[in-house]
Amino acid sequence: MLKVENLSFSVQEKDALHNILSDISFEVAKGEMLVITGPNGGGKSTLAKVLMGIEKADSGRVMLDGEDISAYDIDERAKAGIGYAFQQPPRFKGMTVDKLISLAAGEKKTEAECCDLLSRVGLCAQEYVKREVDNTLSGGEMKRIEIATVLAKPHKLCIFDEPEAGIDLWSFSMLIQQFEEIKKDENQSIIIISHQERIMEMADRVMVIEDGKVAAIGRRGDILPELMKQGPSCCAYLKKLEEM
Amino acid sequence: MAEIDKVTQAILKYIDEAGFKQEGAFNLRHNGMSLCHGDSEHVKIVKKEDKPGINIYIDGDTDGEEVHIPVVVDATGFTDKVYNDFYIAEGANVTIIAGCGIHNSGHVASQHDGVHSFFIAKGANVTYKENHYGAGEGDGARILNPVTKIVMDENCVFTMDTTQIKGVDSTKRETEVEIGAGSKLFVIEKLMTHGDQLAESNMEVRLNGEGSSAQIISRSVAKENSSQIFHPAAVGNAKCNAHIQCDSIIMDSAHVRSIPEIDARHLDAAIIHEAAIGRINDEQLIKLRTMGMKEEEAESVIIEAFLN
Repeated sequence: MLKVENLSFSVQEKDALHNILSDISFEVAKGEMLVITGPNGGGKSTLAKVLMGIEKADSGRVMLDGEDISAYDIDERAKAGIGYAFQQPPRFKGMTVDKLISLAAGEKKTEAECCDLLSRVGLCAQEYVKREVDNTLSGGEMKRIEIATVLAKPHKLCIFDEPEAGIDLWSFSMLIQQFEEIKKDENQSIIIISHQERIMEMADRVMVIEDGKVAAIGRRGDILPELMKQGPSCCAYLKKLEEM
Repeated sequence: MAEIDKVTQAILKYIDEAGFKQEGAFNLRHNGMSLCHGDSEHVKIVKKEDKPGINIYIDGDTDGEEVHIPVVVDATGFTDKVYNDFYIAEGANVTIIAGCGIHNSGHVASQHDGVHSFFIAKGANVTYKENHYGAGEGDGARILNPVTKIVMDENCVFTMDTTQIKGVDSTKRETEVEIGAGSKLFVIEKLMTHGDQLAESNMEVRLNGEGSSAQIISRSVAKENSSQIFHPAAVGNAKCNAHIQCDSIIMDSAHVRSIPEIDARHLDAAIIHEAAIGRINDEQLIKLRTMGMKEEEAESVIIEAFLN
């Protein structure tokens, strides 16, 4: 379903070119959940942004359902079927929650439909549906609304960038349920950037990104012990994960 | 029932969103003359004898009624000045819709200066909506200079909702409010300018009575070469609460000055102001683009929500 070939991305820093992603290749099958993990600063979020078209790759190819979307802009990728939840969603003065959800769905959602979506991400819907998506909402509330916007319509591929960050334990459990629901849909694939063990345990496969490269990829049951044998930084990271 | 021409009807759609009808209490002023007018059981509209304008008497049994008093100027080179006084009796609950639109198809400026004075008795609840709009294919300027004076007795509520979104080349708004004990003022001012338009809004709110409060929210978008100046001032003469918030989005080569002023003359006057001017946030644009919108569409959605 998603095929990424030799994706590279760099930024110019002063006089030097700094590679953020180097020659990344992987595939995500239809209905598969891939969790991308790895040390902070390793390039995970940048990879998610490149897939969504927010950052432009220097080279490489991205295929979605056999369609080459490498040259597509953000909105074109969205229309091709990619949904994206930001790690730190932006706030909108004057924009109500139900309006934002309707925009995400591409059609006017009724109050009841918005309430249902908000309930699914652990928000007491009636209190939120007419609130503004502004700085009166906490980071955790923003995060859950952000996830609701992605759930507002079906996608071929949903990308969630650290969905667990800033979310309380109870809401996190609801979030896990939602990912399980998406997983049941054989037509939707999911990529989740996460450090969370419970999320990794749901994955069909896990990919470790380190220093902008794919350090490991495989079935979750296989990947962790296999990776323990590899490089020192990756081992250290996995040990930390086990201690969490 | 008076006949209303197509140009006036088109303007009315913008300035009276609730829908102007020749029913209940209404007065349509067209090129300086009352085109049609009507009273209701509780609202009486009387033409002034000493100067242009009307007196509107709203009795204390008025409960949820709308009063529509739009003004349309479609004569090129015409300047209309009008004085409308509103007398709102104790306990009345009323919504007043008083938009103004200019359609100028010529080369000379058309102007409307509306001076509205409100005298609000105890316990009354007034919502005042004023949409400003300009249209017409001519290059003559469309100028609107509203003056609003509000005197609030005790324990009343005044909500003022003003919107100027399109087509007004120059506007200078002057607002003065006197607030009595326990009364609450809510002001929501929304403005968008483009081209070479100029907009200035000066407001002085005097909180005179104990327990009075005021919330003044101004949201504006300045595009192209337009200029905006905001100067809302809250003066606390008693134990009171006031909050002024001015937010502006600046685009292109526009110029925005925001000068909120707070003036405490009593130990228990609690007055706050906030002001922010900034461009459209890139992350907001990107978020909307991940929903499938083009950049221009995302920009429109952000502006519309901001001014909503």
